[in-house]
Amino acid sequence: MLQLPAQVYTQIIGHCLSGLPDEACGLLGGDPESGVAVKCYPTHNEAASAKLYTVPGKEFLHADRDAEAHGMAIMGVFHSHTHTDAYPSPTDVAQAPDPGWHYVLVSLRDVLPMLRSYRIVGGRIDEEPVVVDGEPEPEGSVPGGGQ
Amino acid sequence: MPVEVRLPTVLRPHAGGQSTVSANGGTIGEVLNDLVASYPAMAGQVLTEEGTLHRFVNVYVDDDDVRYLEQLDTKVPDGATVSILPAVAGG
Repeated sequence: MLQLPAQVYTQIIGHCLSGLPDEACGLLGGDPESGVAVKCYPTHNEAASAKLYTVPGKEFLHADRDAEAHGMAIMGVFHSHTHTDAYPSPTDVAQAPDPGWHYVLVSLRDVLPMLRSYRIVGGRIDEEPVVVDGEPEPEGSVPGGGQ
Repeated sequence: MPVEVRLPTVLRPHAGGQSTVSANGGTIGEVLNDLVASYPAMAGQVLTEEGTLHRFVNVYVDDDDVRYLEQLDTKVPDGATVSILPAVAGG
């Protein structure tokens, strides 16, 4: 399970929307084992592409240091799919760097962003529940939206 | 001189769960080979069979990416920190 504070959730969605028309990406700081995310580290997309993303190595380095300084670890990565489902692509699976990480996908195909999270171990993809501030993630909506 | 090597989460199980270990060497190549000698399970994940840096790994001396310096011949000054991180990319 992935637990996201509402602030982190909205940061992820906001960063993905601001990256359009390209894919956007970033890292999550927290506890990989419990799945509790504490901090969002939005990064540039070095690939500057609507189909690919690359987290700049130096931004990863700085996020990693910050996470460690605050008693956390980098526990996952998020990126957007601009025109497809929130499901890992073959490239995502082939290049998944860490079986302990949480892989968050945000689909921007429809009007409302759709966030999903997965574990990717040895090429196998397993979706996991996402809880935002103790509440299950609403279907295709941003918390507080549609009020 | 021993240098501090920061490990990514994916490599920590190969070093008893430690996030930072000590390794010896005056260049990145020497430091990584010493690291692999101490923790053989890291062998295929840091260096290739040919002894080059694995393409999905980035290595830094303090803030500098060794790929933009002298790769495995990059010097590691006394007191420097070596960081190993996986490349993060997808589609």
